[in-house]
Amino acid sequence: MTAAQPLPTLEITALEKRFGETQVLRSIDLNVRNGELVFVIGPSGSGKSTMLRCCNRLEEPTSGAIHVSGKPMLGIPRKELDRMRLQVGMVFQGFFLYPHLTALKNVTLAQRKALKRPRAEAEARALEMLDKVGLKHKADAMPSELSGGQQQRVAIARALALDPKVMLFDEPTSALDPELVGSVLKVMRDLREGGMTMIVVSHEMQFAREAADRVVFMDGGVIVEEGPPEEIFGNPKSDRLKAFLSRVSGEAA
Amino acid sequence: MDTIIDAFFNIDIMRQATPLLLKGAWVTLQLCAVVILLGLFGGLGLALLASSGSAALRLPAFVFIDIFRAIPPLILLILIYAGLPFVGVRVPPFVAVCIAFLLNNSAYFAEIFRSGIKAIPKGQMEAARATGLSPAQAQTWVILPQAIRNVLPDLLSNVVEIVKLTSIASVVSLSELLYSANMARAVTYNSSPLVMAAGLYLLLLWPLVRVISRFQRGLSISH
Repeated sequence: MTAAQPLPTLEITALEKRFGETQVLRSIDLNVRNGELVFVIGPSGSGKSTMLRCCNRLEEPTSGAIHVSGKPMLGIPRKELDRMRLQVGMVFQGFFLYPHLTALKNVTLAQRKALKRPRAEAEARALEMLDKVGLKHKADAMPSELSGGQQQRVAIARALALDPKVMLFDEPTSALDPELVGSVLKVMRDLREGGMTMIVVSHEMQFAREAADRVVFMDGGVIVEEGPPEEIFGNPKSDRLKAFLSRVSGEAA
Repeated sequence: MDTIIDAFFNIDIMRQATPLLLKGAWVTLQLCAVVILLGLFGGLGLALLASSGSAALRLPAFVFIDIFRAIPPLILLILIYAGLPFVGVRVPPFVAVCIAFLLNNSAYFAEIFRSGIKAIPKGQMEAARATGLSPAQAQTWVILPQAIRNVLPDLLSNVVEIVKLTSIASVVSLSELLYSANMARAVTYNSSPLVMAAGLYLLLLWPLVRVISRFQRGLSISH
């Protein structure tokens, strides 16, 4: 192979994170290609959420490097970090919509203040994104008037409206009632079909099977095993992954 | 009964004192406008420092807040007005009152703002920063609007306290409402002007007090 590899959209190199004495991440290497959906599984406390939060520096990595489309996320001035964060959309387990603003204003705020888009353009874009998540008719609703699933979809629209290069999903359905999970997963599936690059930390194994290009299994702060979903779920190699999968399927049964 | 009415509710004397008291009420209103604004802005600034991630900013703010919440404002005022001339600084009564109230009120307002900011879940700031908003933008558009809404009744209660407290300006001969009423009392040998001053305070503050208790009732229902 002599042809130049296209730059990975997200490149995590030798990432380490310590909280005091506790080493949460040990030398994580992970590249995410353009349009790829990488699904991260692992027991709680395995470091998967911390890894995700390091990608946009909500957690400060102890060492290592993170690049988005070849540009560094670490060791840059704060203003540059704010600009880089526009390219990394984040969806939280707890939604964190701004409760004092309507759905529409939730989606326009960062467009107006961080991207400096004119109001009309920001609103048009917000409506387009709300439409994409099936909530255009709720543009004027306050977050308190929306179900959990609807709030999460507005949160996805809020991130998408900034035209990110990669979307990070941190257990996006874990706080939802079971009957609301499907609507959020559907939006994520649509995004994937649209070619969005995504990293998803989640326990929705069925979704991982159907939608993931690659599944990464983390335990004890390291990536233990990774591969296509059929390999990871159908033919796990490490004992730790086998133990984890049998525990998870035991819970599901 | 007649002596009580004569001593406290003497219509003739009230009528005579009216121009003086209205002048005093006007000074009180101006004073309130200035010291409330100073206190609000000072308090907001202090609260932002006290909520900052940097200990170098946080510590001085906490020391300031603790000190000036503990010192009686009347002592502060007399120290500034009567003490400073001994080191060659002479301040007019109005300015002395403004300084004393700035120190005292901003400490109180800071505590209110700070408790409001502290009550906002950490995820709000994270969500805002994750969308590329700067720390200042996140405070301005996401944190403070929620924080202020949550503590609005406390802010208004503090405003009521401040309006009443401006009467201590009378000790430095600022001709505000109490000073004017007391002058009228001394001249007429009758307490009716004082009763009238109290009535004016009531007239001024009663609507505000109503609003606050409505707020508090509304909050307890919605919670």
